[in-house]
Amino acid sequence: MKKSVLLGAFTVAGLAAGMAAAGTKDDVQARGKLNCGVTTGLVGFAAPDANGEWEGFDVAVCRGVAAAVLGDPKAVEFVPTTGKTRFTALASGEIDMLARNTTWTFSRDVDLKFEFTGVNYYDGQGFMVPKELGVSSAKELDGATVCIQTGTTTELNLADFFRTNNISYEPVPIETNAEAQQQYLAGACDVYTTDASGLAATRASFEDPSAHVLLPEIISKEPLGPLVRHGDNEWGDIVRWTLNALITAEELGVTSANIGEVASSTNNPEIKRLLGSEGTLGEMLGLDAEWAKRAIMAGGNYGEIFAKNIGEDTPIGLARGLNAQWTNGGLLYSPPFR
Amino acid sequence: MSDISFVRTEMLPEQEPPASTVGAIGWARENLFSNWFNSLLTVISIYFIYMVLKGALPWMLSPTWNGTSLAHCREILTEAGRVTDHGVSGACWGVINERWQQLLFGFYPNGSEPGTTDLRWRPVLAFLLMGVALAPVLFADKVPSKLLYFSAAYPFIFPWLLWGGTIWGPLSAALGFVIGYFVYRFVSSAFSGLIGIILGVVCAVVWWLVLSSLFVGAMNSILPIGIEAVESRKFGGFMLSITIGVVAIACSLPLGIVLALGRQSDLMIVKFLCVGFIEFIRGVPLITLLFVASTLLNIFMPPGTNFDIILRVLIMVTLFAAAYMAEVIRGGLAALPKGQYEGADSLGLNYWQAQRLIIMPQALKISIPGIVSTFIGVFKDTVLVSIIGLLDPLGLSNAIRADANWNGIVWEIYGFIGLLFFIFCFSMSRYSMYLERKLQTGHR
Amino acid sequence: MSSITDPGKQQFRLSMLIYDTRYRSGTIQVIAMIGFMLLAAWLISNTAQNLAALGKPIDFGFFSEPASYDINQRLLDYTSRDSHLRAALVGLLNTLVVAVLGCITATILGVIIGVLRLSHNWLIARLMTIYVEMFRNVPVLLWIVFIMAILIETLPAPRAFKGVETGALVLTNRGFYIPEALFSRSLGDIHLLGESSLRFDVSLDFIAIIVVLVASLYASHVIKTRADRIQAATGDRPTTWYLRLGVVVVPMVLLLVALGFHLGMPELKGFNFKGGTHLRNSLIALWLALSLYTAAFIAEIVRAGIMAISHGQTEAAAALGLRPNRIMSLVVLPQALRVIIPPLISNYLNLTKNSSLAIAVGYMDITGTLGGITMNQTGRELECILLLMLVYLTISLSISAVMNWYNESVKLKER
Repeated sequence: MKKSVLLGAFTVAGLAAGMAAAGTKDDVQARGKLNCGVTTGLVGFAAPDANGEWEGFDVAVCRGVAAAVLGDPKAVEFVPTTGKTRFTALASGEIDMLARNTTWTFSRDVDLKFEFTGVNYYDGQGFMVPKELGVSSAKELDGATVCIQTGTTTELNLADFFRTNNISYEPVPIETNAEAQQQYLAGACDVYTTDASGLAATRASFEDPSAHVLLPEIISKEPLGPLVRHGDNEWGDIVRWTLNALITAEELGVTSANIGEVASSTNNPEIKRLLGSEGTLGEMLGLDAEWAKRAIMAGGNYGEIFAKNIGEDTPIGLARGLNAQWTNGGLLYSPPFR
Repeated sequence: MSDISFVRTEMLPEQEPPASTVGAIGWARENLFSNWFNSLLTVISIYFIYMVLKGALPWMLSPTWNGTSLAHCREILTEAGRVTDHGVSGACWGVINERWQQLLFGFYPNGSEPGTTDLRWRPVLAFLLMGVALAPVLFADKVPSKLLYFSAAYPFIFPWLLWGGTIWGPLSAALGFVIGYFVYRFVSSAFSGLIGIILGVVCAVVWWLVLSSLFVGAMNSILPIGIEAVESRKFGGFMLSITIGVVAIACSLPLGIVLALGRQSDLMIVKFLCVGFIEFIRGVPLITLLFVASTLLNIFMPPGTNFDIILRVLIMVTLFAAAYMAEVIRGGLAALPKGQYEGADSLGLNYWQAQRLIIMPQALKISIPGIVSTFIGVFKDTVLVSIIGLLDPLGLSNAIRADANWNGIVWEIYGFIGLLFFIFCFSMSRYSMYLERKLQTGHR
Repeated sequence: MSSITDPGKQQFRLSMLIYDTRYRSGTIQVIAMIGFMLLAAWLISNTAQNLAALGKPIDFGFFSEPASYDINQRLLDYTSRDSHLRAALVGLLNTLVVAVLGCITATILGVIIGVLRLSHNWLIARLMTIYVEMFRNVPVLLWIVFIMAILIETLPAPRAFKGVETGALVLTNRGFYIPEALFSRSLGDIHLLGESSLRFDVSLDFIAIIVVLVASLYASHVIKTRADRIQAATGDRPTTWYLRLGVVVVPMVLLLVALGFHLGMPELKGFNFKGGTHLRNSLIALWLALSLYTAAFIAEIVRAGIMAISHGQTEAAAALGLRPNRIMSLVVLPQALRVIIPPLISNYLNLTKNSSLAIAVGYMDITGTLGGITMNQTGRELECILLLMLVYLTISLSISAVMNWYNESVKLKER
């Protein structure tokens, strides 16, 4: 008696579970909310404000996808993840996509079975030192104490760099950027190493930024981008092309301010295809015609998002550098909308 | 005769005791400088207190309550002339001014988004009502016992207020208990107690797992009564800590009783299972259980099931608290004199009757201080959830420090969080001491 | 008249499984067992299905792959080319180090504070009460990050010592540097277990010191027993303190001289201090926070233990003519210990488990290596967490086994 009832209950639970395993896009639309994994807090990339609204560069990608899929850039549940929990959260389906300055690596793509849908920030691991140390190259750091963030690829790069150059160092592992900053400023470590964007952002918040220098060595490639689970290509396409739409919009000069005007007046067929007044690109994605338009209006095109969150006019003050459009000598190169 | 007398007829006024034994000086001689060693200790302590106050007070008294960012605070302090050779000195209280509500309520809807209303009265009400619901248990002699009915209903009101949604959810959950009880009553009078218990539990479980969702759906379409639902992801700050603590303790109490009884039981296998569970949970740190919640729990569930991280944390913290609770209750059971068990036996009560009528009421009463201190422990341990990325007060402190305005803030937030934890835990531990004293006199 | 009739040989009926108390307990146990096994089977089958879906079958093979990260505090030799297993081992040793150090200091501090709380000095008693309440009522994780912040913010950085004469002990915000023991005529090391992940070195100097110490302590013990025997036989106790001291000190000094013992002083070279032993501030912060936090609990236990001894005991001992320190060591302490030890054990266990919060300050204990970076880099959550739990369970069970054995030996022998 008891056994059969228990089994019955389990069967019911199993059935309910089976129903939930449809496509991610359908799940998101049925739920009415996009679950997007972000950091627990990184200056300029993702942090909640006093009202609990999340803001930042990575956050804007989530909002763009939500606008494209759900029509509402606010329909996002931000799930703060740590370096430890981010991949399991994605693999278990707790989040639909991860936009948490995550480096695209072979093993994450292939072994951990994720699909990187593009690169929204080209970064590389750099070093920051106080000017008074008089260091001009990372190779002069023999015996230095180095602050690193754990749970990232940086500690592996660091170990490899010092090992290949045959110099010694003392690693100080740290959980968050805020703590690293505190230790570095107090002189508890000589060097702080993380992604160059993070270093620049951190340096910008110092009382006296000019007393610190970034060393010329960039010891790794860190292409950061949003990622989704393997095996759901429709969903992967949506995230990939939303990001591409933001990048293409900048290339074509479509901004959140002029989008209405451009949409009605343009003769450029690619803009027309992008904004849905020509062709059936939206339909191919399983969305409506105006998906990209909404994504661009959510927070602006790539350039606007960059300028608003981490650009040179913000306290973080990052230059476009590698992240400029290919037409301006950068690496941003979206495949064509055709 | 002259009326000169040589004998004083009126009393002399009592003389003041020597100045060195009364008043402040006398007290100080008695309590601070009774011998050279004590004097030395006193001087060292006074110097220590002086140094701490000298360091901390000027820093704390800093006119920065209205600062809008760390840079702004520095400006205010520079204007106030508080510049030392290590830069400006003084706290930047603006961060607390801006963020205290977030530290208390997390992301609970506060009406800042257009189209939403300020719902923060709900957790406040829930925690106030908790005081009312606990009153008949905690201050049994001072409140009418009728309140106990409210206490019984409270476990269903509490989640409804916090999570919101339709009123039929908690009602149907409560209905499960009612159904189970009636099945037990009916079957046990017809057949036997054991079958009654088993059937009662089975019926209640079937109700919860299968029928109640249908019931809720049906009732909700007929009579949609409810309040706005709030997802648990919105929980944060102290509200999250208290919620985890309260839910874990409330759910772990019945589980702990069962485990404690199982551990004391004569049934070999039952005892073995209970001891194994308790020792396993007590043998591993909470953080590993939280890792399980954050990374493994979904793997243990049927493929595709997914419930949010706060629920998973609640499950693991409940299991954790249950093991400690079982030990507290076992202590209560062991403290009962053997005569109570023998008395129950001699009245011809069976095991469950004896437990329900004689043993448990007394054992639980003795255990209350232990339960309160377990609660304090669990409540303090909830800060560990920040390590798996939940935004409890400590997790929020990181998020706040990641805001470009407040990047570089350290002590103010830690101090605020520490102070709130202290107030909460200290008052509870005082209460538990009071209770211990009260219970002790009851025994003599 | 009544006669007792033998109960007839009853036919076994199915309903007896429930109504007959002889069989009922068996029924309940079988049901519990079936329930438990069903639950376990359900969990395992779910896990197997999920892991198959994720394409990550349980596999401990990653342990032999290179860890490729560095660990700052390593008691075994370790480089980033060593395996994950060795990294976990280094982490385990770090856990044990901080747990042992923490237990020792927490006990010492706890006893002092517990006694001072009973002091007649009003100010001291109040201060100690404030201390105890302050530490007991604020989460230990908060204390750990707080003490770390204090260490970082208040102590000077090593570069502040440029051109300054430093003594034997240097306090910097990277940690404390203390002199280290060096041997100029060292006996060398023995390398055990070859090149495997479990390899370790044993210093022969260290073994020699231990051997000499044990031998001289034994000799000292022999002298004491002889003195006791003489005292029992004649009533006169020969003065032995200089003999006992000599037998301990002289061989040790001779050995140290033979080994060429000297202290290595920390010196500022380049970015950091070189030489000496470096106690990193993550270790100090964790050690200090755990000891201070646990000491607050131990103080309460000690106070309760001392107060539990009835005053009559002390008075009776005084009436027998015992001196105060003898009263303490012969009458009060042995009895108080019985009250103190069981809760003390659970506090040691708590401290060990709390040491897993090391990741908050970047101390590379087993949670930081096996449950942190290794888990992160390999993505093998199930294997890492199971192993992590197993390690902590083993540590906890061994501590309680040892302490329970000790408790058993000081327990009141009831006759």
